[in-house]
Amino acid sequence: MAEVLVYVDHVDGAVRKPTLELLTLARRVGEPVAVALGNGAADTAATLAEHGAVKVLTADAPEFAEYLVVPKVDALQAAYEAVSPAAVLVPSSAEGKEIAARLAVRIGSGIITDAVDIEAGADGPVATQSVFAAAFTTKSRVSKGTPVITVKPNSAPVEAAPAAGAVEALSVTFGDAAKGTKIVSRTPRESSGRPELTEAAIVVSGGRGVNGAENFHVIEELADSLGAAVGASRAAVDAGWYPHSNQVGQTGKSVSPQLYVANGISGAIQHRAGMQTSKTIVAVNKDPEAPIFDLVDYGVVGDLFQVVPQLTEEVKARKG
Amino acid sequence: MSLRIVVCVKYVPDATGDRHFAEDLTTDRDAVDGLLSELDEYAVEQALQIADAADDAEITVLTVGPEDAKDALRKALSMGADKGVHVEDDDLHGTDVVGTSLVLAKAVEHVGYDLVLCGMASTDGTMGVLPAILAERLGVPQVTLLSEVAVADGTVTGRRDGDAASEQLQAQLPAVVSVTDQSGEARYPSFKGIMAAKKKPVESLDLSDLGIDADEVGLGGAWTKVEDAAKRPERTAGTIVKDEGEGGKQLAEFLVSQKFI
Repeated sequence: MAEVLVYVDHVDGAVRKPTLELLTLARRVGEPVAVALGNGAADTAATLAEHGAVKVLTADAPEFAEYLVVPKVDALQAAYEAVSPAAVLVPSSAEGKEIAARLAVRIGSGIITDAVDIEAGADGPVATQSVFAAAFTTKSRVSKGTPVITVKPNSAPVEAAPAAGAVEALSVTFGDAAKGTKIVSRTPRESSGRPELTEAAIVVSGGRGVNGAENFHVIEELADSLGAAVGASRAAVDAGWYPHSNQVGQTGKSVSPQLYVANGISGAIQHRAGMQTSKTIVAVNKDPEAPIFDLVDYGVVGDLFQVVPQLTEEVKARKG
Repeated sequence: MSLRIVVCVKYVPDATGDRHFAEDLTTDRDAVDGLLSELDEYAVEQALQIADAADDAEITVLTVGPEDAKDALRKALSMGADKGVHVEDDDLHGTDVVGTSLVLAKAVEHVGYDLVLCGMASTDGTMGVLPAILAERLGVPQVTLLSEVAVADGTVTGRRDGDAASEQLQAQLPAVVSVTDQSGEARYPSFKGIMAAKKKPVESLDLSDLGIDADEVGLGGAWTKVEDAAKRPERTAGTIVKDEGEGGKQLAEFLVSQKFI
């Protein structure tokens, strides 16, 4: 069976969930061979093996942390040349997409980004994408070279599928371009203690109706009662009420959780683009004409400062 | 010496319109009005600010697209860019990101550059990978997704806000830079700017001017193929209730019925 390269997104050896979802998709197309780079790379092996990696290629070098993107492209290319895979799958983070795109051009292959599903096809893997602000669903494939496909979080279930996961050191030679862009300093983002926005099963968002940074605790308290991530509309972010890293929409994060709770969000196209593929959508908005109500499974027309705290209390009471 | 800035911009169907696919499964550019991609306005704005801070700079705006794409150039020129370059060729219809990056790379080299500026993504294709590919093709540093950018003494610096960390980046020119919508609100063209833009030069180029074969671009030259495009089914109408004092409890009941609580 053909091998499929899976680029591993991890933090000091802790594998992030979208990579495990990629392994599920990779197994539909071939035998997953994982590529883990940087500090803690070898520590990823046990988790990757549990989820289907037959091999884990690892490399660590200071260049991965000191220079932007290109050293990782050099390493993924080395893995590509060592394995000759049937496809290369990469998580659709900002960095993942850039790594994948540069690799694709180098190896003369087409690239598909932000896939939400992958199936095996007669002419290679077929990728499903959600386009034009999720108004359309397309099926595409790479028609030249080895398919390079990036996949969005929450696109497949995480499945246990024990495999060997043998660790092999990957030999990487960095090219001239590798040291082009220096990372002078890095400030880790402070953890909110809540689930990652793009990976969360439930997302609770606030928009213009929240009417001030000082009111966002109402949204956060509902999120915490549900174990959810907190999102914000562009209006709320542009007003400075909540950080851009939490923005849901075309220029922020695109989320596809089991449940999306929109509070005080009108539902402009810019926002819909980032949440329209959520499984269940509920909304609270005082304007009965708000376009968000066209999307919802359940909507409450009312003042969010009345409705949301009441909902939070109910959730807490029922969860005991 | 003058700082040569090239801003790559895209002419896209208005994202607030009802966008569709054409019969050949390329983006339908007729049904919805086109305009300068909103996210590229941020790149034009940063180019203008970098030029202001430099002793001497010239801003060229570059686009690849059909006849109407000149509108995107005019908008950027009316904001304050100095000249335009329009790559237009019937053989470009259906070109994917790989082909577009090839055309842009050749055109950027044709113009001459110290700094290439791009937006973070187009509002139609939304891939967000073109700047990285352009840097790969040009063999210059990639300094992308910046929410702050500055150029001084032949060095570009900026802040990249990632999911896990915020990074300060630094590279020598020439370089390819992309900026996000957090980089600073784009200015509106003034009346004077709009009038001045009409007199600014726009150079037209075709594929032969850039030494590109027709089979390297277009739908036939694309390295990816869209096999099917289907309109997403409308979401079925949900239940809407008016809060009469029990709205939060009713919503909780719904979430219980769906097993979220």
